Amino acid sequence: MLALAVAAVIGLGTTWMALTRGTAYGGVTIGAWTAWPKNGTAGIDPYARAMVARTGELPVGSGDGVAFYARTDNSGEGLDGRCDVLVSGITPQARFWTLTLYDPEGHLVANSVQRQGFTSQEIVRKSDGSFDVIVGPRVRPGNWLPTGGIEKYQLVLRLYDTPIGMATRGGTEAPMPSINRVSCQ
Amino acid sequence: MIRMALWLLGALLLGGIVHLATVLLLPRLASQDAYARVSAIAPLNSVVPIPPPTPDSAVMPFMDPAFAMSVCRYDLSRGSLKFSVPISQAYTSVSFYTRSDVAYYAINDRAAGRRVIELDLMTPAQRADLPENEDVTRADRLIVTSPTTTGLIVIRALTPEAGWIPAARNALAAARCRPQ
Repeated sequence: MLALAVAAVIGLGTTWMALTRGTAYGGVTIGAWTAWPKNGTAGIDPYARAMVARTGELPVGSGDGVAFYARTDNSGEGLDGRCDVLVSGITPQARFWTLTLYDPEGHLVANSVQRQGFTSQEIVRKSDGSFDVIVGPRVRPGNWLPTGGIEKYQLVLRLYDTPIGMATRGGTEAPMPSINRVSCQ
Repeated sequence: MIRMALWLLGALLLGGIVHLATVLLLPRLASQDAYARVSAIAPLNSVVPIPPPTPDSAVMPFMDPAFAMSVCRYDLSRGSLKFSVPISQAYTSVSFYTRSDVAYYAINDRAAGRRVIELDLMTPAQRADLPENEDVTRADRLIVTSPTTTGLIVIRALTPEAGWIPAARNALAAARCRPQ
């Protein structure tokens, strides 16, 4: 009887851990960003399927685009909405991209200017085509993405109509913007 | 001692089985998955706009706020479906999901190569029953086979700037999905 109880705790506990920690297989990691291109295909693995069923989201189809998630900056520090964070660089080749800020559960974050992200078309670039986005709680000149001061958030960079996909390995061939903490309150 | 070790081993094995079973069963048992959320607002076999996500309410988590989105919740049990959507100015995509939210097919405006994305959606059995005449083999007729009888077609039109929202919504409002 005790053995059954222990077994149930182990089984359910490991399932819960696997589904909430985001330990899906087949991730492509570039810098602070990770994408799971297989989740947008019929070849999605059982863990990712269970995760998608739990959160209630719809993964981006692979014929549509690919989504890169960042929960930390380049040094591995968790993204904190009370700090100023600089997202800087260029993106891999894509017809369009969007950068969006969510809370850990995937909800948009309320703020005074109703800005939840940028699209490749509305972002202000430097003369070399790269861009700087300041993610932080207080108004900044330039591309300011407000955090609403929440403690934890994540950034999602979605590339639409892009050759980046399952053939891509992690590494240097696909340039992703760097994420670095500038200052903290 | 040995009895204790065996007991532990048994508990671990059982735990492993419970783990695998819950992971595999969860997609079937989840009551708040995307299909269930969409079912609350979308009748069968018609295109319905999904309200844009806001911080206070969103039909699903992780929706991209830069897109206007419509959905067709389909049921192929009475026959195949004809789907069409005119492409909007910026970027339009059509993604297909099974009853358990697996993205099995997606196409965008450039891949479609025309002003309208047009296709037939059917089950593998319905496809096998198609008469083999010229009409079917016509190269420009796109046929998508759905692994499940029910599922979702998600139509998304990009609004790269706020001013594009009405045009994107208009394009999506002209989308059709109806039984043949």
